[in-house]
Amino acid sequence: MFSHTCPIFLHNYITSMAKITYITHDNQNHTIDVQNGLTVMEGAVQNDIPGIDADCGGGMACATCHVYVNNEWFDKLPTKEDGEEDMLDMAFEPKKNSRLSCQIIVSDELDGLIVNIPSKQG
Amino acid sequence: MKKTDALIIGAGPTGLFTAHQLKLIGLDCEIVDNLDKVGGQCAELYPDKPIYDIPAVPECTGGELTNNLLNQIKPFNIKFHLNERVDEVKKDGDNWVVKTNNGTTFLTPNVIIAGGVGSFEPRKFPVKDCEKFENQSVFYSIKDKKIFEGKTVSIFGGGDSALDWAVELSKNSKVNLIHRRDDFRGAQATVNKAKQLAKEGKINIFTKYQMTAIKGEKNLESIDITGDDKKVKTLKTDYALGFFGLIMQLGPIANWGLNIDKKTVEVDTEKFETNQKGIYAVGDICNYPGKLKLILSGFHEGALAARACFKLARPNEKYRFEFTTSSKTIKDRLGVKSD
Repeated sequence: MFSHTCPIFLHNYITSMAKITYITHDNQNHTIDVQNGLTVMEGAVQNDIPGIDADCGGGMACATCHVYVNNEWFDKLPTKEDGEEDMLDMAFEPKKNSRLSCQIIVSDELDGLIVNIPSKQG
Repeated sequence: MKKTDALIIGAGPTGLFTAHQLKLIGLDCEIVDNLDKVGGQCAELYPDKPIYDIPAVPECTGGELTNNLLNQIKPFNIKFHLNERVDEVKKDGDNWVVKTNNGTTFLTPNVIIAGGVGSFEPRKFPVKDCEKFENQSVFYSIKDKKIFEGKTVSIFGGGDSALDWAVELSKNSKVNLIHRRDDFRGAQATVNKAKQLAKEGKINIFTKYQMTAIKGEKNLESIDITGDDKKVKTLKTDYALGFFGLIMQLGPIANWGLNIDKKTVEVDTEKFETNQKGIYAVGDICNYPGKLKLILSGFHEGALAARACFKLARPNEKYRFEFTTSSKTIKDRLGVKSD
């Protein structure tokens, strides 16, 4: 049984992806399949989407992976930790729908997520 | 012009340990850093956050790590140049001439860039016109608080710097404190103090507001702040101060003829040398296949770059590998007694 199910499990695990759309400041849409478990920041960095610097590498210490989450999606995301709101104080032009993309973990539930990347990170 | 065997740019953990390695093998070095303190990101971004992946140190904060590294290099009396940013690196025969923004000049065969993600610069107001007033009526740090006496000062931010200055300047100035949300992240005691002063009418606090315009001909006259509810208020003000923390900028490193990709410098994994002979990059700023942005990787990279420096600094000598446990020469350098 195990030898039969294991490869299938592995297969699903490797290929479980969610479509994430990144809209850059110049209104270019980039829709990418991002592997579940990665962060929205990692999806952008690994696919060379411009505008997300992520200087601290995902440590919630720099606010340079700041994105605006499409309003339809904002409330569907897990809520922010305290530290994230503090870091957003530092972000360039924070708004009500601001998030740090390193704190958004991709899952099936986020398939179709749309985020806008600000004109600058600092 | 200061002559040294190696110049290290960046006093973060990697820069500090690289200095240790250089001194251990008998080379001198000096360190330049743009910040006013050593420790780099450890001191600036997470002095109080615990780190769990330093080998043989189960847990320590960024501040503790910095202090331990400073203790480790204490025997060597290394010269630091803080508050200075390296602006220029130029070839001069077998040496590099390195100039800082303060005019300090170094002549060295080896330049080791341990610059993290670049130099820390203050984050600025998003409003473009603020540039026009910068260093006259728009500031991101305060050098002389006397200039604000009797004036109206609008302070932006929600952390300790914003709160501390709001409290301090309220003694002799009319202070507006503007923050993008209701919660302040500064120390609770200072938050309480600022709120108390607001009750007494000594500070005007505007929360859920951000600056959207800045106006004035020669001098700053007023700013517009816009609330979450889109309502705009115009505040007459003589000064605007922004305290949004620091951001890392690659800065002048981009102009030194190095191969740069995504804000990192390409190096080999033998000497951690860049495409320029005698310029090395170690720590977060370097890039090679398999690079991990961990402090421990920076230590390894610095140790190897230091050995590479030996060849250029002492071309007529042969580097001999020695252990700290057994080498009398090393113990002498450390100032410890040999058995």
